[in-house]
Amino acid sequence: MSAQTLYDKLWSSHLVREDADGSALLYIDRHLVHEVTSPQAFDGLRLHGRKPRRIDSILAVADHNVPTTDRSGGIVDPISRLQVDTLDANCEAYGITEFRMNDPRQGIVHVIGPEQGATLPGMTVVCGDSHTSTHGAFACLAQGIGTSEVEHVLATQCLVAKKSRAMRVRVEGELGRGLSAKDIALAVIGQIGTAGGTGFAIEFAGSAVRALSMEGRMTLCNMSIEAGARAGMVAVDDTTIDYLRGRPFAPKGEMWSRAVAHWRTLVSDPQARFDREVHIEAASIEPQVTWGTSPEMVAPVSARVPDPAAISDPAKREALERALAYMGLTPGVAITELEVDKVFIGSCTNSRIEDLRAAAAVIRGRQVSARVKLALVVPGSGPVKQQAEREGLDRLFQAAGFEWREPGCSMCLAMNDDRLMPQERCASTSNRNFEGRQGAGGRTHLVSPAMAAAAAIAGHFVDIRGEL
Amino acid sequence: MQKFERLDGLVAPMDRANVDTDAIIPKQFLKAIGRTGFGAHLFDAWRFKDPGEPGMDLTRRVPNPDFVLNAPRYVGAQVLVARANFGCGSSREHAPWALLEYGFRVVLAESFADIFFNNCFKNGLLAADLPAELIDRILQGVATQVGYRLVVDLPSQSVILPSGETCGFEIEPVRKRSLLNGLDEIGVTLENVDAIGAFEVAHRASQPWLFA
Ligand code: SF4
Repeated sequence: MSAQTLYDKLWSSHLVREDADGSALLYIDRHLVHEVTSPQAFDGLRLHGRKPRRIDSILAVADHNVPTTDRSGGIVDPISRLQVDTLDANCEAYGITEFRMNDPRQGIVHVIGPEQGATLPGMTVVCGDSHTSTHGAFACLAQGIGTSEVEHVLATQCLVAKKSRAMRVRVEGELGRGLSAKDIALAVIGQIGTAGGTGFAIEFAGSAVRALSMEGRMTLCNMSIEAGARAGMVAVDDTTIDYLRGRPFAPKGEMWSRAVAHWRTLVSDPQARFDREVHIEAASIEPQVTWGTSPEMVAPVSARVPDPAAISDPAKREALERALAYMGLTPGVAITELEVDKVFIGSCTNSRIEDLRAAAAVIRGRQVSARVKLALVVPGSGPVKQQAEREGLDRLFQAAGFEWREPGCSMCLAMNDDRLMPQERCASTSNRNFEGRQGAGGRTHLVSPAMAAAAAIAGHFVDIRGEL
Repeated sequence: MQKFERLDGLVAPMDRANVDTDAIIPKQFLKAIGRTGFGAHLFDAWRFKDPGEPGMDLTRRVPNPDFVLNAPRYVGAQVLVARANFGCGSSREHAPWALLEYGFRVVLAESFADIFFNNCFKNGLLAADLPAELIDRILQGVATQVGYRLVVDLPSQSVILPSGETCGFEIEPVRKRSLLNGLDEIGVTLENVDAIGAFEVAHRASQPWLFA
């Protein structure tokens, strides 16, 4: 057999059938479900008198709508409450495992899957959420789907799909001090653009990727959708296996050994060919800050806000002008001069324990700047929160002036009360800087947790390489 | 799903790249548990000057006169023409639901984001990518000619410009079949239920840890 990429292996081992025109039925091993994109799918099932095919493949959690303040008394907003209640009722009706809002295991769907060992190497993973690509860090074929597809997977355990092309992004060498997976992700998007990965499944490889923890690899795969790729993935190695050992949903005993033997094969063969290769030197990556309204509008922290006058293509110039107007930015201003009103540390990109540690390390007993109105830390899950509290990070954040919240999506998309007011500028560890994403009129700058923490302390962006 | 065969429709322009699904239908409207009510909030933050919230009385909204879809000449448009990477971002199927409910049956763009593209076809919204040069010409035509219409013909996979010029577009045969027939995709997949069952048995035998 010819040499295969990891993606080839994952694809071919899940093919139920493939037609001559390339349209395929792909078997799905893990279906993660949350409250926003599932109610219409469950309704559709009922309407057609169908039932979920494999209840044991489904894990559900409410994360997008839940308040991050004290929620022992339930959700106040009646519309949010109805949506979360609907998820609870659907899970109860079909016997689906769900981490309810006040379950200690609750959290953002892309944090809890891996944390519980519900995401395992070699799986096909879907969720009605574009950041499902996160799970690819475990050598899974993980992709976001729409609500009709959620219904389709519930009813058939399959997804109608067509094979993507394969891209390999190799990041070689060592990252500089204070740099993280988030900076790699933003640098990759800056290089290939937000549509650069459209139609591709991306495998992240190279020594800098191998050196990342699972948390870092998840951050990287999480943002492959921001590069246009539905799926991102990293091959299995010791880091993957060490992370999974002993997780609640992971196999145990003899089954664990069998599983590990199989997982070791989940790497691209040395001779495997990719349709596109991208190469980045880790040492050349600086801390990244987005300045515009698309993740590709990103620059190193040492740069300045770009000048539309320097752009000849009229469509590009106009897009840039529009972005700068929305962001309230003047061309030529140094990124480090941009002052922030709010800081958000959280989201499925950067709310894991390592992210919180990286942010805490920057704070070192200092105070949030007086000009910052709100600095939020929202852990990605109950277990992350507990771990951070065991390490005393909650006290450190709170002493510095950060708020310490309950787990959920929070200000990543502002479906609950955590949001920006018009024109407020935010340093955010989330993944999207679209217009209005964090609240109508809000201005989002995407950065790493360390960069967000440093901005909270200084009141403006700073080059953390000089801080550490 | 709604069928689609042929349409002769008024065209509205969306002359910008990277129009994301957050812009198409903002998050506050995603709290709904049904499939309807999204058209009223299509492009809400761009279309209105007052902040939009679910359940608002639409007659009291403050439209943004500068937003293109609010121009009287585009009222009733059924074809939306856009630039590159249309529908990027979130997987929310509420985006095609909103476009359809607003009245669009076709979106033509230089390129689309994958998940959005897929979601369109699950709902009978035809999405087709055309060369940038052609999109350019269509957008120019729309700007200069009030009442600019396009004929979009699925069986022949072509777009017919007012000049009579006919341009082809690509579409995967499966998608074309389901659009033309308004097929229930789940029903079609379930015709393979034996193959799915057989796959499952073999899969369980080789990787039993994937099954609880
Ligand atoms: S944290 Fe943000 S990006 Fe991640 S699942 Fe929640 S809303 Fe989506």
